[in-house]
Amino acid sequence: MNFLAIVGRVFLAFVQQVGRFAIFTGRSVGHMVRPPFFPRLIARQMVEIGYYSLPVVGLTTFFSGMVLALQTHVGFARFSAEGAVATVVVISITRELGPVLAGLMVAGRIGAAMAAEIGTMRVTEQIDALTTLSTNPFKYLVAPRLIAGVTMLPVLVLVGDIIGVFGGYLIGTTKLGFNPAIYIERTVEFLEVTDVVSGLVKAAVFGFVIALMGCYHGYYSRGGAQGVGAATTNAVVSASILILILNYVVTELFFAQ
Amino acid sequence: MTPRQDSAVPKLRLRGVTKRFGANVVLDGIDLDVAAGESLVVIGGSGSGKSVLLKCILGLLRPDAGSIAIDGEETVGLTGRARDRVNAHIGMLFQGAALFDSLQVWENVAFGLIQGRRARRPEARARAMECLDQVGLHPRVADLVPAELSGGMQKRVGLARAIAARPDVVFFDEPTTGLDPIMADVINDLIVATTKDLGATALSITHDMASATKIGDRIAMLYKGRLIWVGPAKAVFDSGDGYVDQFVHGRADGPITEEAEAEA
Repeated sequence: MNFLAIVGRVFLAFVQQVGRFAIFTGRSVGHMVRPPFFPRLIARQMVEIGYYSLPVVGLTTFFSGMVLALQTHVGFARFSAEGAVATVVVISITRELGPVLAGLMVAGRIGAAMAAEIGTMRVTEQIDALTTLSTNPFKYLVAPRLIAGVTMLPVLVLVGDIIGVFGGYLIGTTKLGFNPAIYIERTVEFLEVTDVVSGLVKAAVFGFVIALMGCYHGYYSRGGAQGVGAATTNAVVSASILILILNYVVTELFFAQ
Repeated sequence: MTPRQDSAVPKLRLRGVTKRFGANVVLDGIDLDVAAGESLVVIGGSGSGKSVLLKCILGLLRPDAGSIAIDGEETVGLTGRARDRVNAHIGMLFQGAALFDSLQVWENVAFGLIQGRRARRPEARARAMECLDQVGLHPRVADLVPAELSGGMQKRVGLARAIAARPDVVFFDEPTTGLDPIMADVINDLIVATTKDLGATALSITHDMASATKIGDRIAMLYKGRLIWVGPAKAVFDSGDGYVDQFVHGRADGPITEEAEAEA
């Protein structure tokens, strides 16, 4: 096969993938906003994403808040600005660490589970069975997961923010010698609504991306157990990369001068 | 023998159905009629296109060319509610039963009634229990999940789900694959009994000849994407066609093997 044919084949395959993903996203969003909805399925996914992810998100943000307080104190002491520790911790957590860490943790936990579940349904013909039973798989499988992802990630991040700030507070007051009242005052004093809101918007975007990647890779998985395994890996990797890219995009949209 | 051409509108009518995957022609102009109340079995080796044919009829795959009509209504290209309307009259037993893991057995059986027809759960459960009884399952099975059932029981639940909405046409994909001979015969009997009870038209695909001759009124053989023989089930062992003879008698030597070796 000549070189041009190889390049052409690769390019066509790429265009096909992009087109397939665009159509999948469009159909998914369409079913996400159009009734009828499946409240039971949405509630189940909300519990799965929100409640069961709480320990892992809580632990991650808690220790990140602690480390952030320690590192900030060490770094800022070099130019006698230790007093800014509380402010740096709260802004870093609410703007960046909370949503990004929660997003990555949930991508690993939920994105993988979604891809595995839907992928298994695909290879065992359960998705075909849904269609023959007059039930749209996008409406029944994809839309509830997207709705749950978009709504529950902000809630998780909000809780994670509080736990992360508490982790910083714990280190600040017990190890770094801050007065508790002053630490709390500094935490609140320079915190703006935009800091929290931007983090929650990021969380909603990440929740959408995680659910979309899990569903997309699961829906198009092929070839038995190996295919489902590959779908799971692809879902986690693609969601994680997209989270980091979209984190920059949303930050740019909110804070670019 | 050529496919039967009825003057009346057949329940299922295929004309020139063609499906390719890249350069591989899987279905090559299939013409087939299935009359109302008839049971037709499509036989053929692995990779002969049986599953693709079934998926095209069910609307899970779109043929590249040709026409598929159910009750005279063209179904190729139907989507959304129009397709759901057609599917509401169809029942399907999948090869691996394809039961929904997260739902209880009765919810699986009643799925089409609850989601497709918006039936109330108590009514749907009552119908599910009736269907489970029809396929010989004890009522206590209703509250189990599919993972707790044996392969034969899963097939029975799949059959109960296929008939729950009282369909006009029922499709069976390899209904006896993976079952021991006794359970396979039980499933065959249930298929015959339930489709007769419904007065439904049945289209099955299988390579199990015992199953094919038991559940089929007519048999069609698919080979390399074409129907090479269609005739009464009783005549399949004396078809006079070398390819059909080799397949139905399970011989290692014959034209099918010779062609495969020549192509290798």
